[in-house]
Amino acid sequence: MPESTVILDALAIQRALARIAHEIAERNAVGTDVVLIGIPTGGDHLAQRLSKILSGIWNQPVPVGILDVSMHRDDLDQRIAPKVFPTVIPFDVTGKTVVLVDDVLFSGRTTRAAMDALNDFGRPKRIQLAVLIDRGHRELPIKADFVGKNVPTALEEKISLLLVESGASRDEVVLKKK
Amino acid sequence: MSWNRKHLLDIESLTVDEITTVLDTARAFKVVGERAIKKVPALRGKTVVNLFIEPSTRTRISFELAEQRLSADIINFTAEASSLKKGETLKDTARNLEALNADFIVMRHSASGAAHFLSRVLNASVVNAGDGAHEHPTQALLDAFTIRERKGKIAGLNVTILGDILYSRVARSDIWALTKLGARVTLCGPSTLVPKTFEQMGCRVVHNMDEAIRDADIINLLRIQHERQRKTMFPSINEYTQLFGLNKARLAKTKPDALIMHPGPVNRGVEIDSEIADSVHSLILEQVTNGLAVRMAVLYLVNGGKGPQELTGN
Repeated sequence: MPESTVILDALAIQRALARIAHEIAERNAVGTDVVLIGIPTGGDHLAQRLSKILSGIWNQPVPVGILDVSMHRDDLDQRIAPKVFPTVIPFDVTGKTVVLVDDVLFSGRTTRAAMDALNDFGRPKRIQLAVLIDRGHRELPIKADFVGKNVPTALEEKISLLLVESGASRDEVVLKKK
Repeated sequence: MSWNRKHLLDIESLTVDEITTVLDTARAFKVVGERAIKKVPALRGKTVVNLFIEPSTRTRISFELAEQRLSADIINFTAEASSLKKGETLKDTARNLEALNADFIVMRHSASGAAHFLSRVLNASVVNAGDGAHEHPTQALLDAFTIRERKGKIAGLNVTILGDILYSRVARSDIWALTKLGARVTLCGPSTLVPKTFEQMGCRVVHNMDEAIRDADIINLLRIQHERQRKTMFPSINEYTQLFGLNKARLAKTKPDALIMHPGPVNRGVEIDSEIADSVHSLILEQVTNGLAVRMAVLYLVNGGKGPQELTGN
């Protein structure tokens, strides 16, 4: 039986996102240059939530895009082909500060794939990375700019983000031991 | 979401879930085709051999472009310019190609079962691009994709397939795909080309055109394949057009939102009036666009899971 622990509940997720939003606002004085791009699944909903909070801070809408990275992964021939989601970036990223939003930062390979995929859409002025959970075990020299919670994990553990937007009964982050 | 097949050989053995996975994946690839940069690196470093033992233009071009958009390296191989003319067997030809470390073989062949045969003797992934009168799986997948995109669903629709059913691999693959997805399929054409035995595949067989298309949501016209018919299966082309050609008068008696499909190449004035082929009812060019997305999706999916099956979460 896999044992599972809730590491963030709905309130904690909300607080973490509010803090990340304030850190993004602190780091990027000019809000008009910032766009959020979420990585499915999970990251796209988090990007929407961050956009809502940031719009309140900056008093202006913050654009949100969705970037599917599955075709840019480096492990495509080693696993069952991952589900492909449509990429929707309804704005030009050239010259912008793109904040990539992902749920969990692990090996860093998704982030690398995302930066590669983003190249096809333009040349951002800078790219920053916001994640809800950093669980360690990096395989690439990648570091998040904004982290909701650092969670030391064992390799075989699995972290899942459940959100009401994707049909869960309540928001939570769960750690499953095998 | 499920796909862990190494080959795409036919539609008959696919589950509904697998078919839906291809269609969902193709939707994402279609969007890639609308971007300024239409290329993705999913098959970077992989080699694809297009082994077209039987002539083909549109399917080969569609596969070739799909492979290029996935960043694969491509070898094109046609029967006319090959050692098959010099007496080399198919197995030897394919083994030689594999000795060059080909990862995928996309094959069109005039013999039914040729793709299945190759998949048994090679380590590479085999994608069937049409084998004899047996199956043409990517055509059926692109037809299903096009119908689903335009009608929003497939289950419950009436689909009529007209023409040369007996010799048509497109018809067989379409029948498998559409009936699995819940459509009601009607077949129509001269009784020599549309025998009653097709009822065993779960279709309605009728030989009167007006009856066949009266309630159709989709009318799929097939070309009369002169090259596959040993002798004339009907008295004349002219008579075929009179009885089974789609024209304005016949179309007027169908549902107003009926849509027309054709796998190409179109014989204007034989199975379809020129005017109708270019009308708003026609999905013929959308099928071509969607074919590219579907073939990208198929190659992407069969590429997965070749190495150790480790799941890299997060």
